[in-house]
Order: sequence, then C-alpha cells, then structure tokens
Amino acid sequence: MTGFAWTRAQPLDETAVRTSGGRVDLVVVAEMVAPGSRVLDVGAGDGELLDLLATTRGCDARGIELSREGVNAGVARGLAVIQGDADVDLAHYPDDAFDYVILSQTLQATRRPRWVLEQMLRIGSHAIVSFPNFGHWRSRFDLVVHGRMPVTENMPIAWYETPNIHFCTIRDFVELVEVLGARMERAVALDSSGHRVRFNMPWWVWNLLGEQAVFLLTRK
Amino acid sequence: MDRLINIAAPPLDTEEARARREADAPHSPVASFPGETLRLDAGLVLHDLQIAYQTYGEPNAARTNAILVCHALTGDQHVANVNPVTGKPGWWETLVGPGKPIDTERFYVICANVLGGCMGTTGPSSTNPQTGRPYGLDMPLVTIRDMVNAQAMLLDHLGIERLLCVAGGSMGGMQVLQWVASYPERVVSALPIATAARHSAQNIAFHEVGRQAVMADPDWHGGHYLQFGVTPHRGLAVARMAAHITYMSDQALHRKFGRRLQDRALPTFGFDADFQVESYLRHQGESFVQRFDPNSYLYVTRAMDYFDLAAEYDGVLANAFRGSKTRFCVVSFTSDWLFPTQDSRAIVHALNASGAPVSFAEIESDKGHDAFLLDEPELSDITRGFLDSAAKTAGLPVARDR
Repeated sequence: MTGFAWTRAQPLDETAVRTSGGRVDLVVVAEMVAPGSRVLDVGAGDGELLDLLATTRGCDARGIELSREGVNAGVARGLAVIQGDADVDLAHYPDDAFDYVILSQTLQATRRPRWVLEQMLRIGSHAIVSFPNFGHWRSRFDLVVHGRMPVTENMPIAWYETPNIHFCTIRDFVELVEVLGARMERAVALDSSGHRVRFNMPWWVWNLLGEQAVFLLTRK
Repeated sequence: MDRLINIAAPPLDTEEARARREADAPHSPVASFPGETLRLDAGLVLHDLQIAYQTYGEPNAARTNAILVCHALTGDQHVANVNPVTGKPGWWETLVGPGKPIDTERFYVICANVLGGCMGTTGPSSTNPQTGRPYGLDMPLVTIRDMVNAQAMLLDHLGIERLLCVAGGSMGGMQVLQWVASYPERVVSALPIATAARHSAQNIAFHEVGRQAVMADPDWHGGHYLQFGVTPHRGLAVARMAAHITYMSDQALHRKFGRRLQDRALPTFGFDADFQVESYLRHQGESFVQRFDPNSYLYVTRAMDYFDLAAEYDGVLANAFRGSKTRFCVVSFTSDWLFPTQDSRAIVHALNASGAPVSFAEIESDKGHDAFLLDEPELSDITRGFLDSAAKTAGLPVARDR
C-alpha cells in the first residue's frame, strides 16, 4: 500500500467547532459534507452531528439510532431521527436516496460491517466512515507489552461490556474498501490529542499515529 | 343471562338521554353543509352532513398555525374541555392546552367528531333528514377516508387551507396517514401515534367479537332500538369490556389488579365479580354505554377494519406518500400489542422508501395501547420538539421560554 494524498476540506467556522463540543471527528466529518446536501447519519446518538450539519451546513440531515434514549433526545430537539438498527434497517432505503451516508464511530459496533458499508454506498453517492483505529501505537502497546485489550479515551469500555464487536485498524479498513471496490476520495487521521496527522505519510505511519480515522468513499 | 353479567344500566336513563341529545344538538359548534353532498367510499352520497367540532386557541393572521387533532374509536371532539356527557376532563389534556406540547396559546387546535360518531357529527344515531327518524342501519357505511374528506369540508368551512400538523393516536393515527395521502399539500407535518397503515387480522377479529356482542343483544332490534325506546347496553358493555383488555397490557393489569379480590376476603364460589379486574371491566362497560351509541360502535369499528392505505396505491404503501413534503413523527409504545411497534416500523419503512422526512420513536411503557392517552413524559417531549421544529419551518414565531 502506498501513502495517501491528504487534501484539505473547507474548514468550518469557529462556532461550528464550539457547538460540536470539542469532538474534532464530528467537525472533520461535517467538513467533508457539501452544504445543502441530503445526509443520513447512521448511529446518530443524541443528534449532535445532525444538529451540526443542519445548522452549519444547511443540510437535510436525518438519522438512525439504536438506543431509545438517543432517538427520543434527538426527536425532542426537532431532528428527524428514527429508532432502528443499522444492521437491518438500511435495507429499507432506496438506491441513491442521499448524497452522504455517515457512519460516525459506529462501524465497530455493527454485526455486519461489510454489509453495512455496501448498503451505505448503495443508499448514498458518498459514504463517510469514522472509526477508532485499533492499530494505534497505544493499542499495540497495551496488547504487546501489557498483554491486555486496550482501554482508551475513545474505547473506554472493558472488553466484556463493550458494544464494539468489530474493531479494525486503518490498514484493515483500507483493505475492505478495496474488496468492496469503492474509491477513497479523502482520508483524515486524528492523533491522540485530536489533531490531524498533517503530512502525507505511508499508511503504516497513519496506522501507528492515528487514533481515529475518517474516510470519504464513493462508488467506483 | 342477567345474573351472569350483571350490568346495571336501565334503558335510556337520564345520562343516556343526555348522550342521545348530543347526536343532533351537541354541546359543540356545528358546521352544516346544506345543499352539499359527501360522496362515500361505499358508493353512496350523504346529504345534509353535519359536523360537530371544538376549537382551542386562535388562528393567526396568516392562518398558518392550525393543528387538527383526530380522535380514536370511542373518543370525541372534546379534547381539552370538560366532556358535556361524562363531566370528565378532555381526553388529551395531557398533551393539549395552554403551555402544553400542543400549545393552545400558540396553535389553533381543531378536533371534530368523526363521521359515523354519536357526538354531533352525522352518524347512525343522528336524525335522517329525509325520514325524521334516526338513521340506524340506513346510514351508509363510512371509511377512514370518508372521515378525512368530511374533516376537509370542515377546514374549508373554517377557512383553514393548510394544517401545521395533523395529530392523533390509534384510529386518529389512521386519519393522520389518510390525511397526508389524500391531501399532501394541506399538511405540513403529521404525528401518527400508536397506529397502523392497515388494520390487522387480529384487530378485525376483536372488533367482530364486539359487534357480535352488540348485535346478539335482543334489545338491538336489528339496529332500530331507538324506535323501541331501548338500547342494547348489555351487548355494548361486553364489547367494551373485551376491547378494553386489548387497550392494556398483561403487565399493567397485573400491576393494577393482580389477582386481588374486590371488597372481600375470600372468593364467593359464584359468578359475581370476585376479582378486582372483573369489577374494573364491568365498570368500564357500564360507564361506556352511558355515553356511546351502539350502532356508532358498529360503524366506527367497521371503518377501522376497512382501513388499508396501501390497497389504494397498488399495495405499495410508499406510493401513498410519494412526492409528499410532509414531515412525519411516528410514535409507538413497547407494550402496545394492539398496534405493535412493527406496524409503526412498516409506516417508517414506507416513508423512508418514499423519501419523506421522518422521525420514529418507540417509547418504553407498560401501559399498552392506552399509553398514548396517558401522561407519558417522553411523548410530551417528542411532541413539543417535533411541533417546535415544524413551527420553525413554517415561519411561526418561536415558543416563549417556559
């Protein structure tokens, strides 16, 4: 695998970053979305990203969320969120229903990550996926030196309770994208302090330094 | 028979007489449409339609703040005022009123008694202007779509072109769905609660039991009981008792009554109401017959049975909403087994397929189907948030801080 040319997206204004409550990955995701587009956020949580997209990007933003509490909070905020399961409900959306389908920090919690990605690329002309990188040096350190499953700020739950059943590394993900025959339009890695890994580097460096990764994919 | 089901309701007592008067001269404003006709799905035409309705709040200058509330099977137009027949509070005062989620200080709220009802809108207990006698079974069968068409006539009468929202639970939710399908350009947002796009076989079966109970009562007289000065109150009470079970959940019945005995320490080894749950159901049956017309019960349950929105659109529910710009919020309750979450999910899937903006929330409650009528804080929050965002889209002033 070769290095990937990192391109700079349109930055959001400061208010946007503030309203995102410091979650840089959400800002990175939002910056990949063209203003005014139709967006489906899969695993919308309490609607934080939807709110960001609607208020700062003028998007027609909708969400799917598994937890009842998350859905009810989102709907009470006036957002279009449905209670549903990404592993099942994506099948009910027609082809090309959205410009972007977003999976933010949720891929690792799906039962069928490959199927979910395929559905995302069917439903939307773009797919944006952000996930914690299991190949980050700290995870490797925990495994190799301590001999234990890593527990970090981004992966705070012990192995026996975590809903995250399908962890992967950046390299693993890139390989899956190739298997799916999708095109990588853009990729961003965030280090442990939430800063972008700024330089063009070979994948193995990103895989070591990136604690989270955000990919923008399209169909080939 | 009398000894087994001892329902003490003498025919046509004062309360019943009061209820009967509501059919022709209700305690509500009445819209009448002299010279106009309503073409029914049954292929017949209804003349001299009368619609009884209540309104709350005031329309704004642009008349863009109207919300239509649709009532359920045995509900009526008295959403948020003392009911003139029962003396009880309005049936949705948890949700509708000043400062409530459906805020009558911001919105102009309208609710009409349904076509086929018995609280002032034309129904089987209304006087047939052509004969001077109650319609009885001469009243043509009506459908949910007929009810909605009648409501559209009322809105024209009130000068309301577009509704900010149509909201309702159960059969009210069926009307909400039909409204968007029939008049998509007149509905900005839709709030169907605890409902389905078609009545299930199980629900048709329950309704049939209720209707058979009414029709098996000798006092029904083939539907002409009013001419005999009686009413099939025993049959209607049994229908209500059976139906009431379906509105609750096993869990809620256990929580409320368990196996506790009613005012006694030991069972009587007879068929008296030994158990609290029996006593409760008998009370529900008795009080229902005081306020509801038995023929109306037949007509309105039938309207629900016939409801199958997709059937009008080649069997594809999504087609019913194609091109619709209406925003939806679909709500169900975990313990509702009469209109289970899967029914709501089917609506949501169809809306997704048609590209309509939709929210869907399943609320955790052990209160069964009745939960939509009860104080459910999550339903209040969701309704408030949904209406706030609908009002914002429609350019209405923001709600003031509470």
